[in-house]
Amino acid sequence: MTLALQILIDGFAISALYGLGAVGFTLMFGVSGVLNLAHGGTMLVAAVVAWLVADRAGAYGGAAAGVAAGFACAFVTYFAIVKPIQRSRAIPAEEKEIFVLTGTLLWGIMIQEAVAYFTTTSPHTVRPLIEGIVTLAAGVRTPTNEILTAVICWSAIGALWLLINRTRTGKALLAASINPRGLVLLGYELSNIYLLVWAIYGVLAGVAGVLLGAFLGVSSDNAGTLTASAFSIVVLGGLGSVSGSLIAAYAVGYLETLTAYLIDPSLRTIPSLLLLVAVVYVRPQGLLGRR
Amino acid sequence: MKAMLLASVACLTLSVAAQAADPIKIGVISENSAISGIAIPNGAQIAAEEINAKGGVDGRMIELVLYDDHNSAADAVRAFQRLANQDKVVAVIASYTSEVALALQPWAGRLKMPFITPGAASDELGKRIHANYDTLKYAFHGYLASAFLAQSVCDAAKDLLVDKLRMKTAVIFSEDAAWTTPLDAGYEACLPKIGIQVLDHIRVNPDTTDFTPIYNRIEAKKPDVMITGISHVGVQPTVQWARQQVPIPMFGISSQATSSTFWKDTNGQAEGVVLQLVATNTIATTPKTIPFAEAYFKKFGVTPAYTGYTTYDELHIIVDAIRRAGSTDPDKIVAAMETTDWQGTIGRMRFSGKDDVFTHALIYGKDDVSGLVVQWRDGKQVPVWPLNLPGVQPMAFPSFIKLNATN
Repeated sequence: MTLALQILIDGFAISALYGLGAVGFTLMFGVSGVLNLAHGGTMLVAAVVAWLVADRAGAYGGAAAGVAAGFACAFVTYFAIVKPIQRSRAIPAEEKEIFVLTGTLLWGIMIQEAVAYFTTTSPHTVRPLIEGIVTLAAGVRTPTNEILTAVICWSAIGALWLLINRTRTGKALLAASINPRGLVLLGYELSNIYLLVWAIYGVLAGVAGVLLGAFLGVSSDNAGTLTASAFSIVVLGGLGSVSGSLIAAYAVGYLETLTAYLIDPSLRTIPSLLLLVAVVYVRPQGLLGRR
Repeated sequence: MKAMLLASVACLTLSVAAQAADPIKIGVISENSAISGIAIPNGAQIAAEEINAKGGVDGRMIELVLYDDHNSAADAVRAFQRLANQDKVVAVIASYTSEVALALQPWAGRLKMPFITPGAASDELGKRIHANYDTLKYAFHGYLASAFLAQSVCDAAKDLLVDKLRMKTAVIFSEDAAWTTPLDAGYEACLPKIGIQVLDHIRVNPDTTDFTPIYNRIEAKKPDVMITGISHVGVQPTVQWARQQVPIPMFGISSQATSSTFWKDTNGQAEGVVLQLVATNTIATTPKTIPFAEAYFKKFGVTPAYTGYTTYDELHIIVDAIRRAGSTDPDKIVAAMETTDWQGTIGRMRFSGKDDVFTHALIYGKDDVSGLVVQWRDGKQVPVWPLNLPGVQPMAFPSFIKLNATN
């Protein structure tokens, strides 16, 4: 009973975090067709900055600085890496996606090495926003911050849902993912839409990075794994589908938690990777994919 | 990417020598982005500056050639070959990782290059030299072998946990790596002898990010203490231990916790962690310990990780051997190093002979290198063992720790 409750709580928090990490990633692909392989690097920058600043400015100051750093990192990625490739005349249009993939991948590695150089490869843990633990029924001790993590993740996801479904700007975003040409014909400037999606992405990745750093800690070595896990969640859920990503995040999160508790913590990621292989084999478009 | 970085690090080849006249070159290979890795070149630099300030070896300055191996055995072997063939160094100090040091050993033999590891712990290092003495005699094991580390932890556990706190049960909690295989075997053999029953033995994957399930499993066994053997993980398990308020003390080896950066990396959640180490900045293990730690802090802004102390000592040992041999011939250096009897920062340093199972390994013992045990308290490492050490304090744990001493 205790174990079941523990798995339920832990799985919920970690899945919420996975969901938040993957939502921005999938939104970006859906709207602008960019797969940002520097995703893990962006989260890493947010977490490390939060850790550094929290030392001087306290947990809240650190968290704010971390989110700002994630936001800034997203814009650097866009203006220094993605946009020049998209605008380049030397690269044929049909190869641009591959160039963006390679460019962001290398940029992600550069971020990782830079973080390793300045702050070592050992993990850092961001100061939690709330200290202390909550003891639930049957002696399950949960850090208060873990509960707060889940709450913040769902608030951010909820805010994103409101933005997309209830505001004019958000609807334009949705339209861009369905028919960009139609949107242009209606007089929208696509590049503004892209700026907006990068801004949303930056905030989401920043928040996810800071929360991850406080929940599990991050080291520069994690950058690749973070990208890979967001990528596999997004593929599982269906590329570009936000709700698909959330479902996939929960599937992966609970599968990992169950494995870690019931089988062996060192085998944690294996069943979810098998699931990914199975889904790609049986339903290549993912759970809620459109193609 | 790695190759590019390696090249740029190679450009950083450090010339400590003020006079360029025929310096004695010594190679250093380490993982510069890790706490225990960066302390290796840092410790070597301080030793080299000291030696050079006193006129070097008969007027010949010590020049360090530094390479970063990113903790990869392949990168380390390449750097080792380059040091031997291109940079023409006379000896190499390399790595805190057993897997990497084991990969370098045969190359020390093939290239006849005196080589010492200041931080790797696997018993295999000494055992292989013992089995192939004629070819591997160029390799030295400049840190306590895992079997001795386990012994040191058990000796401390007898005094602190059994005699003082009446503890009876433990779970061994270690990372899955080459150095912990003999360490865990040592723990399993010596803990029952001091009256501690081992309830479970958990080896964690070094890639583990969430330790909650592991602590859950440990707690279910209700042990009095967790005996640790961790080096590549450290920050995360410690933070989760404190955040989730796992009520069981941590006691044993936690290499990352040897450096002062650990306190900041864990945001102070290391409070109460008890760890074995060979030297710390607050304890005068020998008259050399504190002056070195202070010089290191002044230069680098953090206290040395354990490898800082050993590397500093071992560069002195190599130079001492060169002086005594009166030559930089590898065989003569090796012969001189074998008769080393050096007072370092970590104790009296001698290497066991070719008939010992752990050949060329640092000798462990009360009058040699015995290690000490400290506890993180309020940002400082407070010494708690050996009990006769001046300044020793009783252990004190954070309030979430429940000592089941009475059951």
